[in-house]
Amino acid sequence: MTGTELLAGASPSVQALAVIGVVLLEAIALYVGYGAVEETVGSAVLDRLANGR
Amino acid sequence: MIGSLVPTELLGLGPELFGLFVVFGFMVGVFFGFFGMGGSFLVTPALLILGYPAPVAIGSSMTFVFGTAAIATMKHHDAGQVDYKLGALMFVGITLGIELGSRLVFGLEVLGIANVVVGVAYVLLLAAIGVLFTRSALDAEDDAEGDDDADDGEDPDDEVPAIARTIQSYEIPPMTTLADGSRASLWTISGVGGGVGLVSGFLGVGGGFVRMPAIYYVIGTSLAAAVGTSLFGGLMSGAVGAFTYGRAGVIDLGIVTALLVGSALGARIGSSATAYVDEEDVTIYFGLMLLVASAAVGIGELSAWLSMPVLDRLSFLLLIGSALLVCAVILYHGALAVRRTRGVPGSTRRGE
Repeated sequence: MTGTELLAGASPSVQALAVIGVVLLEAIALYVGYGAVEETVGSAVLDRLANGR
Repeated sequence: MIGSLVPTELLGLGPELFGLFVVFGFMVGVFFGFFGMGGSFLVTPALLILGYPAPVAIGSSMTFVFGTAAIATMKHHDAGQVDYKLGALMFVGITLGIELGSRLVFGLEVLGIANVVVGVAYVLLLAAIGVLFTRSALDAEDDAEGDDDADDGEDPDDEVPAIARTIQSYEIPPMTTLADGSRASLWTISGVGGGVGLVSGFLGVGGGFVRMPAIYYVIGTSLAAAVGTSLFGGLMSGAVGAFTYGRAGVIDLGIVTALLVGSALGARIGSSATAYVDEEDVTIYFGLMLLVASAAVGIGELSAWLSMPVLDRLSFLLLIGSALLVCAVILYHGALAVRRTRGVPGSTRRGE
């Protein structure tokens, strides 16, 4: 999947901008998503590691 | 029944290949979080070894750099460590450099020698950085065995190196004032941007391992600002590279997405590990991994030259195996250090 399918028929520049937009959205979603996971389970994971259980 | 629920393709990749890229992205993310460098210089050679054409490998790698740098810049922005004015001024040089680098790649592709030239450049680059890291780790060990009274009370993060002060003393107009109040020539800033952009566009790397030292030693900022601004520069190089290669329709979104899913998690774990693990304990492994990666890319080139697919497999195993080993070393040292510091009452984390 090259990203050109996102806006088939659009000019190459618009298709390239669409790819950048999709990757930026993915990056923000991953930053927020993993941040929430870290907040929720990070401390518990470190405690388990520390106690060797 | 269950088989029908398992997707046959994820964004154009088979589940096994998608999973492989997630794992590889995780390893790259751990390096990025721990060492402060993208590790993206491992992505392009891995894609080349897997048989992707050079423009696809470089374009996808640069788009991955853009995504990773965006995540890292968000973190450093929160800590106030990004000089956006300097980053914006470097943008022109970076753009021109990337354009030149990508034209070189497409020109070499027309001649049919892009993969060979990029591969050889990678062998040399990885070997050079590998030697630098290994030597610096060995020198640090020697220093540690010598005197322990090197601490002069100054915070190294706030220091501007002497060579940068000398360069700043040559006032070649137009001059500009940086966020920390120091002054630098626009020619120096554009030169650094152009040089880094050329390397990025030609090799498909973020160029952090060149850009961060260049900002610190040539333009002259504090180390913390150099790291934050370098990441912002990586975001811009990645965006320009993604746009340039995206226009040619050679970016594989499946590869980029899978790598990002892994690297965003790996970077969080790697960056948390820096609070517990002494970097000097693992730097030598990182240096050796880069030397093995250099050999792996060299073997990959030999495989194409001699038409021996077995060498291709060996090359891929060496690249993934060495990265996996160093990643495991960081996580192992991290787990041990967590046990030592959190398991013992009254102990503190590194740097606290």
